[in-house]
Amino acid sequence: MTKINNIVVAGLGGQGVLKGTDILADVALRAGYDVKKSEIKGMSQRGGSVTGDVRFGHRVHSPMVPAGEADFLLVLEPTQVEPHRYMLRPGGILITPEAVPADQLPNKKTLNVALLGALSAHLPMAEELWLASLHSGFAESFFDGNRKAFLIGRAGQKQGK
Amino acid sequence: MNEPNRLLLSGDEAIALAARHAGVALGAGYPGTPSTEILEHFSELGGHAQWSPNEKVALEVTIGAAFGGARAICTMKHVGLNVASDPLFTAAYTGVSGALVVVSADDPGMASSQNEQDNRRYAVAAGLPMLEPSDSQEAYDFMWAAIEISERWKIPVLYRATTRVCHSYTIVQPRENPAAPKPANFERDIRGRVMIPAYARPAHRRLRQKLAEMQEWNETCALNHIVEGDHSLGIITSGISFMHAREAAPEARVLKLGFTHPLPMKKIARFVKAVSRCVVIEEGDPYLVEAIRAAGISVEGKADMYRFGELDVPRVRRILNNDLSLEPAKPPGKPPQLCDACQYRIVFEALRKRDCIVAGDIGCYTLGVLQPFEAIDSCVCMGASLGVGLGLRHVLPPDQARRVVSVIGDSTFVHSGISGLVEMVYNPPPNGHVLIILDNSTTAMTGHQEHPGTGRTLAHEPTGKVVIEDLARSLGIRRVHVIEPHFGTDEFDRLLTECLESNELAVIIARRPCILIAKQLKQYEAAQCECTAAPSAAPSPA
Repeated sequence: MTKINNIVVAGLGGQGVLKGTDILADVALRAGYDVKKSEIKGMSQRGGSVTGDVRFGHRVHSPMVPAGEADFLLVLEPTQVEPHRYMLRPGGILITPEAVPADQLPNKKTLNVALLGALSAHLPMAEELWLASLHSGFAESFFDGNRKAFLIGRAGQKQGK
Repeated sequence: MNEPNRLLLSGDEAIALAARHAGVALGAGYPGTPSTEILEHFSELGGHAQWSPNEKVALEVTIGAAFGGARAICTMKHVGLNVASDPLFTAAYTGVSGALVVVSADDPGMASSQNEQDNRRYAVAAGLPMLEPSDSQEAYDFMWAAIEISERWKIPVLYRATTRVCHSYTIVQPRENPAAPKPANFERDIRGRVMIPAYARPAHRRLRQKLAEMQEWNETCALNHIVEGDHSLGIITSGISFMHAREAAPEARVLKLGFTHPLPMKKIARFVKAVSRCVVIEEGDPYLVEAIRAAGISVEGKADMYRFGELDVPRVRRILNNDLSLEPAKPPGKPPQLCDACQYRIVFEALRKRDCIVAGDIGCYTLGVLQPFEAIDSCVCMGASLGVGLGLRHVLPPDQARRVVSVIGDSTFVHSGISGLVEMVYNPPPNGHVLIILDNSTTAMTGHQEHPGTGRTLAHEPTGKVVIEDLARSLGIRRVHVIEPHFGTDEFDRLLTECLESNELAVIIARRPCILIAKQLKQYEAAQCECTAAPSAAPSPA
């Protein structure tokens, strides 16, 4: 496989953007891919824009997703869609909070995990790997909520296809 | 989960892991994006890590450790090396007995910095060997290499990383059998370490001799390698630019330099001769291209427009295509701001209301420059608020001079504001001066690190504490006020007015812990109480 999968996650400080990219990169690692993750987080705690890039494939060089080459753009906060749309390639998939039914989520903090669930429906990694990563990536007490949120996000995309 | 031999690590984590595996006895530094996580991670791994008051002290502490035969690392952001440059230049003369690796984390594009200086220039200016990793595996391997070079030539090594190396996560395979260093031991070497002119003159000659030897060694060093490819295009590159170049031009033949001072000019000349076109791809200053051209080797560089900001794959493609057209502007994201409940809001509101001329400093509070406050008039470097404010007070007409205020945070004050305070006492302006120290009990901007004013070590354990008000009073300043700013009262406003109208020297310490770490602070304090209350506990440090 020579294709590199490019995913950009965007949101505001405190929304779990970087936790989301941590999980995604970890799942790609578990699946045996070469993976790189890049983030700009200097100002993230002050409510500014935060983005993280994850790239995986047989061999990845640059850790940064080139503008206009993202296969997926995951946005956690509606105001951050337009500022990051230029990252998406033609035909690339935009995933926003609208992709998941907010009222069904265990709590609003799980939005990042629910959107990962939506993303997961488009990626080749097996569901067990995602759940294993969610298990080890958070405190034990968060796992049930995260699992539920992930599966809601994942199911939503599968129905939508 | 990470398998033990296949870890997904940031460059900073990889540096820390290598330092731990190599038996580094002491790591010291001052927090600064993107370097901060190195010492934090080194400490988490069980290493002895310390925050120093500033980078100069950190470097001096690690020079001492390396004089004692130990392996030591010193970490800082690029501008920190300006602060540490005094010991750096002379440590190049003295050399070391153990190993000393000085990590400079540069920030091209200024994700979180006041300038984008390229610290590769320091390797040339000070005469130090320099390594530049391009991903986390190299961050790990090059830390080992830096220690080996430092011990072999008995010289500090400049280890230069950048934001996209420090903060990108890539796969690392660590060494299987880390080796233990030899134990620390003092061996007297007066002529080697006491840099009076008579001993420094031969030391300078020794340094140049070492550099000549290292340059020869570098010609065949494995830290530089060639990626085979089409001979119609050759690329010479280093650091993160290598990764962008590989992707932008996968067909090109690439000379990837890891040991970038002193440069292996014979190897470079052979490479250039074997390709029909050769382009140097580097982020920031034209360091490589100038050095290579100065050696009489003809190569292409990048247009000046690519000197600004980070490189990425599209920009490298443009450089290779000689594309000088205007680059598409990135849509602005949401800028950071002072937290809603931040105490600094009250201070900046008061400063704005009084139309103060504010000499600012480096930290969260620099955000007071943005709307709705726009209440900072200068920000130069760590600690500059004191000197700049005093200089303004000395020359401005009295009606303006009386409105000048210096504003600095607690960590920045300890870093390099103290000498400015001494200046204030020594050369007081005719109408006095007002210094506001925003004391939120942490180094907030870089992610809440401890400092000497918090009374806790890097690992959040109790230690000696610098009490800022006691320090100010000990210098003879009469007006030293400690106030907790509250929303809904004009108490701070009144104090500021009183100080400004006093025509005396005044220090206002606005103290309230950062709301983002309120919970952690309670835990640390509880731990501190238990520690001092327990009868069997070891005596707490003074």
